[in-house]
Amino acid sequence: MLAIDNLHAEIDGKPILQGLTLNVNAGEIHAIMGPNGAGKSTLAYVLGGRPGYEVTAGSVSFNGQDLLALEPHERAAAGLFLGFQYPVEIPGVSNLQFLREALNAQRKARGEEPLSGAEFLKLAREKAGLLKLDMDMLKRNVNVGFSGGEKKRAEMVQMGILDPAFSVLDETDSGLDIDALRIVGEGINAIMRQPEKAVLLITHYQRLLDYVRPDHVHILARGRIVTSGGPDLALTLEREGYEAVAA
Amino acid sequence: MTELKLPTLRDEEWRYADAGALERFAPASFDQWRDIEVVAGETMCECLVLDGSEPELRRLRIKVGERARAELFVVNAGADYTRCEVVVHLMQGAHFQFGGVTIGGGEATREFVTRLAHAHPDATSEQTIRAVHWGRATGNFLGRIEVARHAQKTDAAQDFKGLILERGASTNAKPELEIFADDVKCAHGAAIGQMDEQARYYMAARGIPPETAKKLLVRAFIADAFVALPDEAEQERLMNAALAALGDTL
Repeated sequence: MLAIDNLHAEIDGKPILQGLTLNVNAGEIHAIMGPNGAGKSTLAYVLGGRPGYEVTAGSVSFNGQDLLALEPHERAAAGLFLGFQYPVEIPGVSNLQFLREALNAQRKARGEEPLSGAEFLKLAREKAGLLKLDMDMLKRNVNVGFSGGEKKRAEMVQMGILDPAFSVLDETDSGLDIDALRIVGEGINAIMRQPEKAVLLITHYQRLLDYVRPDHVHILARGRIVTSGGPDLALTLEREGYEAVAA
Repeated sequence: MTELKLPTLRDEEWRYADAGALERFAPASFDQWRDIEVVAGETMCECLVLDGSEPELRRLRIKVGERARAELFVVNAGADYTRCEVVVHLMQGAHFQFGGVTIGGGEATREFVTRLAHAHPDATSEQTIRAVHWGRATGNFLGRIEVARHAQKTDAAQDFKGLILERGASTNAKPELEIFADDVKCAHGAAIGQMDEQARYYMAARGIPPETAKKLLVRAFIADAFVALPDEAEQERLMNAALAALGDTL
């Protein structure tokens, strides 16, 4: 589904990703762990096409398409979802307005009919319920005045509504208390744990992986994947630290 | 009849005007005012869309009677120099509400010039102005508030925000407060900035194309100017007029 080959990327001329290769098949959940500064968030942003992140070599193929040739909004319409480590506040634009625009823009790009207001509200209510987020929160402006945990749950509601084929979740577990972590974990499973979908979970800690069990775990260090393994690798890492495992 | 003195850029209230456009007006037009009187206890509300292709001076003098209310909402989106000038005289307990948006590209200067006389006690005013410009356009707000010595309990607020969409466009804000009473509230704020790139990318990451994202963000930015307008249909009409100016230039 997603094939990253020898990816090199830099920010402001500073190389961050240095030959990253990774394949994710449909039906799989991959976790990427690694120390601060290893390039985890850069990987997420490069996949999401954020301006300022320059790919200098390598390729990314998504369902046979050259992902890097697509504009950010085209990547979303192609089925890629990027869960932000720091979700952005947008004063003056309500979550519902934002998400309806987003969903219908994606549908339009795929040649599908837009959802009516009523159909959209039904969908939004269902996904908000899944993440135990009050519908009133969705009437408020995008992420404005939301706590850290609410922002992350709102991100997962967005993911539920947009229903992507592939999600890159960048430290979705940061800023969550224990209950919220469980709710978010269960949300990820409910939305993404399907044979035709896949997830790339970027995280620092084992704790989210207790809820969302990965099929593969990779350690990212110095801009490339240095070790890969099964779910046990995360436990080893938790026990022994990056220095021992990623050296 | 005394000879009419024509304004120049040396005049404080005309300092950011388009000098070339001023020369094209008939001299008499500088003496033309529309006078409005809101009688005691009454409310008037007016919405204007200034989107002509010729230079325009729109000058209103409003006397707001005791406990009366004047509400004015204006979209200033002319293709050429467009100036909306409002002089308000507030009686005791009166209220003036103003929402104004200058929006446009090209070379044009679009401006609001307001002068509020809080001449009596207990009057209130609130002005919210938003400017959105691109190309080599300029948006101005000159807002003068005069609070007379005995106009205690005056509560006047003015808030200006400018959004510059491209290098080359500009906005000028000139709040001017002259306060002689001691028990008053006069709040003013002015800020000028650019489009929030993080918000634009966040929208793109959710599948919203750049032109739609820009429109949503501009809409959110100017919405404050119309929020005090109770008639939602009129609100929508003004919003659409403003966004029409945005067109597909972006």
